[in-house]
Amino acid sequence: MHPLISYFAAQDSPGIYLGFGAFQIQLGNLIVILVMILLFVLALFLPFPSGKKRP
Amino acid sequence: MSIREERKTEPVEEYYTWTGKARGWLLKHLPADKLLPQDQPSYVASWIYVFGMGAIVSLVFIVVSGVVLSLNGPAWYHVSDFGHFVNSVHLWSVELFFMTMVVHLWGKYWMAAWRGGRTLTWITGMGAFLVSIVAAFTGYLLQTNFDSQWIAFEGKDALNASGIGAWFNVANLGQIFGFHIVLLPLAVGAVVALHVILVRMHGVVPPIDAAETDAQLSGTDRTEATR
Repeated sequence: MHPLISYFAAQDSPGIYLGFGAFQIQLGNLIVILVMILLFVLALFLPFPSGKKRP
Repeated sequence: MSIREERKTEPVEEYYTWTGKARGWLLKHLPADKLLPQDQPSYVASWIYVFGMGAIVSLVFIVVSGVVLSLNGPAWYHVSDFGHFVNSVHLWSVELFFMTMVVHLWGKYWMAAWRGGRTLTWITGMGAFLVSIVAAFTGYLLQTNFDSQWIAFEGKDALNASGIGAWFNVANLGQIFGFHIVLLPLAVGAVVALHVILVRMHGVVPPIDAAETDAQLSGTDRTEATR
């Protein structure tokens, strides 16, 4: 196994938590939420490829 | 002559048994050209419409990898390289399933996709989301490691407090295994299938600002509208 992978696999910890006052969130959950928001915004603005020509 | 016009000219068949009536109801509400349409309306040509299908594809990956995991068991997927890989495919398919489902939900929320008699489509979508959360929860309980033990003993008090702990015991690995690989997949599959059938029956919801006179909505010029 790659040393970096085994390093992260061995991290038997609850993860990294970010706190903003009373609000607290795990970094992994925050990343997932940000990725979903990014996908939503990209889906609205990226041009959709045109399909094959129909008869 | 279009398919719609052909159907109008067909003689009306009288149904007098429950099987005949069921066939009549299905043919009326879900004709073949609605079940497997040749084209989609022009407004479907946007990335925001791909996330529902993304969730379905993720679900297929979840089911296939889950079948492989259950056939080989934890003694295989905890120790072998290929077992680790299939286990990871199962986890990441779930991550993709929820991410695509949530973006699909956001998109449909801002489209007010329950319009035009699509209430049950919206409700079954929410049902699929809620049942999937329970399925994912039981999956975390099946990791057979300290993480799953921790989640089970955190969760049992909430479930006992709600009164369902007697028949949904998160500390009972065998029971949760049955829920996770039989009952909940069947429930998710059934609700998702019903959701997709309802989408096919009612069609993809048109944009809010689409005029009722749009050719693509009235179906008077389907070929032109779907180009």
